[in-house]
Amino acid sequence: MTSTFLPDKRSGPDTGPPPPSAGSGRSRARRRARHWLTAVGFQVPALVLFGTLVLLPMLFALYASFFRWGGFGMPEDYIGGDNFTRLFQDPVFLGDLWRCLLLVGLSLVLQLPFALALAVALNQKIRGRAVYRMLFFAPYILSEAITGVLFSMIFAPDDGLADHVLGAIGLDGVGGQWFADPSTVMATLFLVMTWKYFGFHMMLYLAGLQSIPAELTEAALIDGAGPWQRFRNVTLPLLAPTLRISVFLSVIGSIQLFDLVWVVTAGGPDHHSETMAVTMFQYGFKRYQVGYASAISVAMFGISLVFALAYQRFVLRRDLQGATTTMRGGGA
Amino acid sequence: MKTRETGRSTRRTGRTLPLHLVLGLVGAVMAVPLGYAVLSGFKSTDQLSRNPIGLPDPWVTSNYTDILGSGSFWQLVGSSTLIAAGTTVVVVAVSALAAFSFARFAFRGREVLFTLFTMGLMFPFAVAALPLFLLLRSMGLLDNPLGVILPQAAFGLPMTIVVLRGFFREIPAELEEAATLDGCGPLKFFWRILLPMARPALGTVSVLAVVGSWNNFLLPLLVFNEPTWWTIPIGVQQFQGQYSAEYARVFAYLVLAMVPALAFYSVAERQLVGGLTAGATKG
Repeated sequence: MTSTFLPDKRSGPDTGPPPPSAGSGRSRARRRARHWLTAVGFQVPALVLFGTLVLLPMLFALYASFFRWGGFGMPEDYIGGDNFTRLFQDPVFLGDLWRCLLLVGLSLVLQLPFALALAVALNQKIRGRAVYRMLFFAPYILSEAITGVLFSMIFAPDDGLADHVLGAIGLDGVGGQWFADPSTVMATLFLVMTWKYFGFHMMLYLAGLQSIPAELTEAALIDGAGPWQRFRNVTLPLLAPTLRISVFLSVIGSIQLFDLVWVVTAGGPDHHSETMAVTMFQYGFKRYQVGYASAISVAMFGISLVFALAYQRFVLRRDLQGATTTMRGGGA
Repeated sequence: MKTRETGRSTRRTGRTLPLHLVLGLVGAVMAVPLGYAVLSGFKSTDQLSRNPIGLPDPWVTSNYTDILGSGSFWQLVGSSTLIAAGTTVVVVAVSALAAFSFARFAFRGREVLFTLFTMGLMFPFAVAALPLFLLLRSMGLLDNPLGVILPQAAFGLPMTIVVLRGFFREIPAELEEAATLDGCGPLKFFWRILLPMARPALGTVSVLAVVGSWNNFLLPLLVFNEPTWWTIPIGVQQFQGQYSAEYARVFAYLVLAMVPALAFYSVAERQLVGGLTAGATKG
């Protein structure tokens, strides 16, 4: 991509040294400086906004995490790494990590394959596929808060739609306490998350499937490959970049999960559905242990960072250019 | 001719019948919670507990009309709209300038800067929520719509810049050369030529910004203590807390709260889906 807004018609990233060439060095240097100022000038509003409202708060959280601090005035009571030591002995936080892994695992094993199966189904020419597509995706655009309130009522113990439906088809004993029972709360939450998010992943896969040239599967067909072989050996490899992005978004979504949990259970019963973000919120805004809550923020940041870098290094390699997100960082 | 066509279509239906069954079942699971909420809104709470699954009898409209007749619901719609519009304007304007510079200039530090922004894509907002709250408090932006608009815009920058940069790069360099020969400076080129050409991309990122803002929960929850600026997600949660025993009313409230988002989806489906998938896969 060449640009005419170049000091010397040189294109590409100009991080290297200037090319050796004749010409008046001084005026060239001045021209380059002016060019640089113009280019960076366009960046200033974005840098100011991003710097003050994204980077600065993150740096401040890092600073505050080394203090015992109630959130008023400046942090003064420096306690070194004590907040982090405490964090990794805190059964609630360790439980958060476990629940995060659980949700990631369930998503990878159930939700994403389900989304993929439906994407493959809807990639065929069947009647009503536009309607199905629209319907499956619709929950994704609803706010988590609305979804949460809706399902807290549908899964209301003994009196919600879920129990009535199970009762009506003769499965009285199957339902029960749903969100109110420590042993079923995560499963119920995962059901709701699947309802809300699988459509998004399905849409990603559909976009990926549609970019696979039909000639390839047709060629495989002519070579005598069955449906499963065509899927396994042609479609799946070509869909791999999309799958990798989708997994990435799903994991990041699980790490940051807050809205849905906060609205439905607020982490309960007895922390059994708490997530890292919920724990952070509890300490930061309910118990005024802001230093400790900052340490949770930093830990979440660290986990996201390690995951993102490792994923980029080992999984995405080159097919992630410029990375990704969705509205607010992705659906789980 | 006609018979042949019907013949073929029945054969096709026959082959795809299991598929249709599965899709229909999934579709039902997706639609039932929504339909149940709509119907329940037409019952009284009393009727809802006596007749949870059947059609309303009689149809009670007062749940819906009461909410629509109350000023507080419209106030939520108003704040949500204002905050979504403000966020969109800020994030798209600021991102377009930055994306222009990333796409059409080569300058020292470009890759570093771009990496900085793309790093922002990987980090969940929840990570920054607490320090951001402290910052907004010290800036006196609590209970102020700007306290939601500006951070939402800031967190929307990475995604918007990435999408717009991709689009701006596709505009042919010849156009820029011609404009430069005609004495067009970078700013004029940006404003008079690039932006008008980028209208579809601007539409896409605007739609994403609107939806993101509309559904945001954590930030307005932190920033607005007073009900004055509450947005719809906050209002829904509060309403449930306030009327927790009146199921039917809460259902009606939920349904009305969903309508704007679903209406927006039906109008802007193409931009929304295209934008989300492009944002996630292309970059």
